[in-house]
Amino acid sequence: MSRFRKKDNKGDQTLSTASLPDIVFMLLFFFMVTTVMREVDLKVKLEQPEAKEIQKLENKALVSYVYIGEPFNSDKYGTEPRIQLNDDYATIDDIRPFVETFRSTKDEREHSKLTTSLKVDKSVKMGTVTDVKQQLRKSQQLKIVYATMPKDQ
Amino acid sequence: MAKRSAPEINAGSMADIAFLLLIFFLVTTTMDSDWGLARLLPPPPEENVEQDDIKIKQRDVFVVLANANNQLLVEGQLLDITELKDKAKEFIANKQRLETLPQLEDINVAISQERINALSSNESAGDELKKWQKRLSAAEVLGDYTISKQVISLQNDRGTSYELYIRVQDELALAYQELRNEMAMDKFGVNFNKLEELAEKDADAEKKYEAIKVVYPQRISEAEPKDVTGS
Repeated sequence: MSRFRKKDNKGDQTLSTASLPDIVFMLLFFFMVTTVMREVDLKVKLEQPEAKEIQKLENKALVSYVYIGEPFNSDKYGTEPRIQLNDDYATIDDIRPFVETFRSTKDEREHSKLTTSLKVDKSVKMGTVTDVKQQLRKSQQLKIVYATMPKDQ
Repeated sequence: MAKRSAPEINAGSMADIAFLLLIFFLVTTTMDSDWGLARLLPPPPEENVEQDDIKIKQRDVFVVLANANNQLLVEGQLLDITELKDKAKEFIANKQRLETLPQLEDINVAISQERINALSSNESAGDELKKWQKRLSAAEVLGDYTISKQVISLQNDRGTSYELYIRVQDELALAYQELRNEMAMDKFGVNFNKLEELAEKDADAEKKYEAIKVVYPQRISEAEPKDVTGS
């Protein structure tokens, strides 16, 4: 008798963790699906301005990003605002090839929906931004978004 | 021997592995969604083609100048940015029908119908025809209304800060938004944003939404950048 009782007690003590992997996997899949990897390593300081009357960018696959700001490594690159495309510093002349390359990777039906998001630091002067805008116009990339932070009332 | 159960693989470490992956994705995920002011740039000016200036009367243009010292000159007067929105609203709507503010057009169903009839015989007036068809459908929803010939012209210096530029863009967009809101509340008793949401599902709401956009079209034009070396 005592032998049986012993066995019963042992069974009660362990909590079944068999479903734990399932729960964790569920969470894992959720994050795997929703996650958006940071597209680029930022090489410029970026403090976006705030605005109230803003829209949300819908289809991120159709958005190309242009970053403008002061370089992080100011000893090496100076404090003048620099343009960053993909993972590298670029000059104003690189904008058109960049936009056109991006466009060529997309389906032709989606060309009219392509958007360029300008992520510009708030201390940058408009001269640089205007130059970029002129380049975008020349490459017929007319849909743009000035990236901003939402502002509370 | 034969009765021994099949050997099982210990799945205890499965949870650990999954946790590790989970934590990796938790850390790398960026939940920040992109927000911004969406704008449409004008197409590039065609070279070798003489630009025939579209004649716009001075009273129809609301000139906003931003200089390198981040000061605003609005209609020839120095203005603080906090006052820009109200000034722009006053200009766009011209509710007092002042001579100095933009010209107004009174629109109703009969007038639009008349214009459409006159234009439909003329084949080169495609854009004009489209404009009046939009106005007609707006008149069907709103009844009589007035449209002002407003245009906001925004010019900035190369030395203007981006922060100020965005604020000006934002304030001007807010001015339009508030006017549209007032009209939506007045005519239909709903908020303009609400109307925009409804417009996706409901054809009637969509008509109302489009009508308000006809009355207050957002017209912010940016001057061609000039090479002025002053900063």
